[in-house]
Formats: sequence, C-alpha cells, structure tokens
Amino acid sequence: MEKFEVLRSTAVPLPIENIDTDQIIPARFLKATSREGFGENLFRDWRFDNTGQPKADFVMNTGRYSGRILVAGKNFGCGSSREHAAWAIHDAGFKVVISSFFADIFKGNALNNGLLPLQVSDEVLERLLNQIEQDPQTTLVVNLVNQELEVPVWEEKFSFEIDAYKKECMINGYDDIDFLVNQKEAIEQYESNRPWAY
Amino acid sequence: MAKTLLDKIWDAHVVKSIPGGLDVFYIDRHLIHEVTSPQAFDEIEARGLPLFRKEQIVATADHNVPTKNQHLPIEEPLSRFQVDKLTENCAKHNIELYGLGHQNQGIVHVMGPELGITQPGMTIVCGDSHTSTHGAFGAIAFGIGTSQVAQVMASQCLLLSKPKSMRITVDGGVKPGVTAKDIILYVISKLGTGGATGYFVEYAGSAFRALSMEGRMTVCNMSIEMGARGGMIAPDQTTFDYLNGREFAPKGEKWEQAVAYWSTLYTEEGATFDKELFFDAADIAPMITFGTNPGMGMALNAVIPTDVPASEQASYSKSLSYMGFAPGESLLGKEIQYVFIGSCTNSRIEDLRQVAKYVQGKKKAAHVEAIIVPGSKQVEKQAIEEGIDKVLAEAGFELREPGCSACLAMNEDKIPAGAYCVSTSNRNFEGRQGPGSRTLLASPLVAAITAVEGKIVDITQYLN
Repeated sequence: MEKFEVLRSTAVPLPIENIDTDQIIPARFLKATSREGFGENLFRDWRFDNTGQPKADFVMNTGRYSGRILVAGKNFGCGSSREHAAWAIHDAGFKVVISSFFADIFKGNALNNGLLPLQVSDEVLERLLNQIEQDPQTTLVVNLVNQELEVPVWEEKFSFEIDAYKKECMINGYDDIDFLVNQKEAIEQYESNRPWAY
Repeated sequence: MAKTLLDKIWDAHVVKSIPGGLDVFYIDRHLIHEVTSPQAFDEIEARGLPLFRKEQIVATADHNVPTKNQHLPIEEPLSRFQVDKLTENCAKHNIELYGLGHQNQGIVHVMGPELGITQPGMTIVCGDSHTSTHGAFGAIAFGIGTSQVAQVMASQCLLLSKPKSMRITVDGGVKPGVTAKDIILYVISKLGTGGATGYFVEYAGSAFRALSMEGRMTVCNMSIEMGARGGMIAPDQTTFDYLNGREFAPKGEKWEQAVAYWSTLYTEEGATFDKELFFDAADIAPMITFGTNPGMGMALNAVIPTDVPASEQASYSKSLSYMGFAPGESLLGKEIQYVFIGSCTNSRIEDLRQVAKYVQGKKKAAHVEAIIVPGSKQVEKQAIEEGIDKVLAEAGFELREPGCSACLAMNEDKIPAGAYCVSTSNRNFEGRQGPGSRTLLASPLVAAITAVEGKIVDITQYLN
C-alpha cells in the first residue's frame, strides 16, 4: 500500500447523495481478476453514454475540475461490498474522498487501499461543494498526520477522525495482513479453547 | 451486566483486543465466489502465505453464471475466465467448491443455510454484502472487501471494532398479503438507506418470531440496505427444526450439545442497545419501491411522497426522474414489462411455492417477460419434484437454472434501458439490472400478481 501523509490538491465536486457502489463501478465491470484498470469505468454510466462517448455535462468531463480529491454527497459508497469501488476511485487518480457520511464497508475497503475517506460535517461539505463549484482552482490540504483538512482560501482548518491503527497503517503503507499473520500463535491458542464450537 | 445476543457471539470470537479499540476477531466460516476472490488468492500467493484454515472455506460459482444451459461451457469469455479461475484456485488450495453442475451449487447465501453450513453462534463472512442473510440463524455474518477476504484466508481473522447495537422490534400480526419482504422494506423505508450505518441490528418481536427461517433470511438479507453491518435473529425452535438433519449440521450427541449451547444465544432481560426502534406489524402493508435506493419504498396503494427535506431535494428529483415518476403520483395502473423472481433475498422454495400457488391456473400478461431463477440446485430440484416447474411453465413463467442473475445483471439476464421490472431482489440502484433499467422492489407475491395483471395493482383485492 502507498504511504500517505499530506496531500495538497484541487478537488472534483459530486454533489449527489447516496452514491452507491453500482454507480461507482457497475457490476458488469467486475469481471477482471486483477486490481488494476477499474478507473476507466469509474462512474461509467454517469460519465459515458451507451455508445461509450463521454457525457459532456458530467463533472469529470467538463474540463472544469481536476485534482486528487473527490468531494461527494452524504452516505457515499452504500450498497455492495465490492472493493472494486475503492480500486476504481484510486485507479482514477483520487487519494481522498470527502463526504459527510460513508457506508461502513466502503470506508473499510478504502482504508485498506490507501484511499482516505475523510468525513466532515454536513455544513462543511455544503460549503466545500459551493466553494469548488465557484472556484475550481480552490486548493485543499489534507494532513493525515495532524488529522486536519485545511482550506487555505478560507484560512480555516477542520479536524477529522480516523482510527489510530488505520492512520498508522496509511502513514506507513502497512496493511492488516502483515499484522494478522503475526498473531498466529494467539489465534492457534484461541482455536484450542472453543468447547462450544461444533 | 446483561448481555445482548451480539455481545455473546462477539465476545466468544475475540482472539485478543489491541490498543485503540480493535479486536482480532475469529471467523468460523468463510464463503467465497468467483467475483471477489481472485485478487485475494493473488494477494496471498504474492506474499507466499499458505491458507491458514482451508477447511473453513466453502466456494460456489453464482454471480456471473448463465441461467440457461449450465451444462455447456459459459459463452461469455470474461465470465468463463472468472469462473475457471475460481475452479483453478480451489483445486490448487484444496478448497471445497460447489461449481456449476454440482448438486450443491447455488447463490452463496442460499447454499450455506440449506446445507447446514450456517449455524447459530457462528461468525460468517463472504466478499458479498448480503452475507447478512446468515444472521437469520443467530450468527454474526457480514460482507467484507477483497483485502479482508485475503486476511481471512491468511489468518482466519479480521481486525475489527465492535459495531454499535440496534434492536428493531416489530410486534403483532401482519395483514393478509404482507410477507417478510414487506416487513423489511417497510423498516428500511422508515430508516432510510443509511439509517443503520455503524450498527449491527437484532430483529426482535412477535412478527419476526412468526416467520419461517426462509422469511427470517429475507429480513436479515436486506439489513445492509439500511447501511447495517449485519442483522440477526435469536435462534429458537424454528431455527433448530430447520437445521436438524441438514448435511453439515451436527449429528447425534453433538446435535444435542449444539442445541443446548444455541439455546443460550439470546439477548438477556435488561441488556441495553445503542439504539432501539419499535414498529407495529399492523401498520405494514404490501410494499413497493418507487426510487433508486431501497429506502425509497411505500405501501403499494400509497402515493410517492412529496414531503422531502430541502437538502435532499436534488437527489430525490434525480432519482424520480430516472424512474420516470413524479412526486404525489400513485403507481397503481403503471404497466410493467419484466418480472424477476430470484436473488439471495427471495429465491428459496417457499418463495417459489408462493408464486406457483398464486399463478396456478392463470396466465402471465402477454407483454410481460417473467423470469424465475431458483437460488440453488437444491431449490431447483425440489421445485421440479413438487411440480412447481410445470405450474410456472403453464402460466408462462420461465424457470431458469440457479445463480444471482438479473439481481445485478453480471450475466446475460439484463433488463433493457427504460423498461420497468418488478423484482424480488434487494437493490433498485440506477442500472443495477442493466444500464438504464428501472427496478421496483417487491415481494414474490406482489411480483407474481404483477406478472399476471401486467401492471401495478393493489394486491389486497386479489387475495383469496
């Protein structure tokens, strides 16, 4: 997993609520057996028409917005457990998704892939979306070490929550497998003492 | 302190707690399928790790298998490749695989319970969000991502923080025509699509107690549709009767010991939940969804709500515009083109029986295509033994072979753009059943009546 400490970037606004994983990456694109290449089908049916031509009015096609931060409406990533959703967003070049609420499984999948799900309040989200739509050049600074989102043009910083262990993993590029495999002795000990297990 | 059902099972599976609130959490059963496992096998192979407990893994092919001519090679090359990859990986690692053609093959969440692989008190995971289905047996069961699939393969554990607890109690008897599907669609319509995010739900009360195991599975299956990590129902005599004698259920003395232990799995008097909700079963009517998430449901004879908070207005309008509906509108009389009866939510034998019972001696409307996809080879076999296949065929319904099918349209079974489909599946997301498809979620009974009438009707007038 890539290491993550501080990211300074412009952002892409997607002010839609309840963006589900079928919109992020439709099921028909889940047939690949590797983790790469899902980015080209990110938001496929919003981004392209049924002949494969880009839809001019979608935020990723207007030419107005760019950057490595996606700012999306609340309850982002609801629906299926497909990790392909996190892979697709990451593969398309994003390192951070900002929303006011994330679905659980998506959040976990994102963290396992070096994609930071950054939760802000509904109010801050609305301000951010307005700011970016008014000035697409607005730069945001995501500081994972200090757990702060800075909006320099407002001269404001917002702190965000992240599990201490997950933060450590993202900063160092570690993942859970490394940790769990090292617990083998404790796991075997546990297994030997389950009289109720059938 | 009095414990909840969740506390009891969770605590029994904590290998150790680490600073910062995470638990090394042990997994009893790991179910895998072709779509979310290949990258996990690659991951552990790339790291040179062995499978830690391969005998606790069971595999099946379900997500992108065709539902016609399963005895022939899969035509679609990418699907064939993915299914072949699963076969190859299972052979290499010596994992039990119920592949195409196997008598136990089926949708992973239909297969596990019907074989008795799913049991009370267990922890069960699968790279599929509808793993919550298995909670119907009083198990902690939930969907995981592919990185976690690899973690379980490598260690039989996950690193998790304990979810918050929520109890949803529905008491009382239900009205005629109201099924398990209607109860859960009603609950989700009250909570919204993110209303239980962060929580593990226990369903309690006489309305759930009265359900069969298959009905309970339908309820727990859709827990994820309100964001819940999982849903569970305490095991009782209904659970034990269902499991007794199934292939992988404990036998003889072990069965007695198991039932004695399972009987201790309930929420104790005085135990507290982070959130409690109560509903009256009498308030629930046959349901249908009108929008593009499962929280957008209403009684069949209601009108599409108009009282939406200003902050949600834009998303609400986008959703209704996709569906071709307007606020304040009734769905009664709307013509539909497709009916899909299947998916891990509603493809079990009781669902098929209910459909067959209604359509016996009737014909589907001429303009409707009605597809019925059994959840597993076992369900298919039983349907044929009971003559359900013939009843369905006479009514113009096509009984296919098992798989996930048009629930997520990874195989050939797709709903065309713009067409309306009344579906017994679990998600009505944009394009879920094929690009541009418009899904209305409902019970198998509502689906069967809709297929015969060719349009949305108030089913209460059709019940006798």
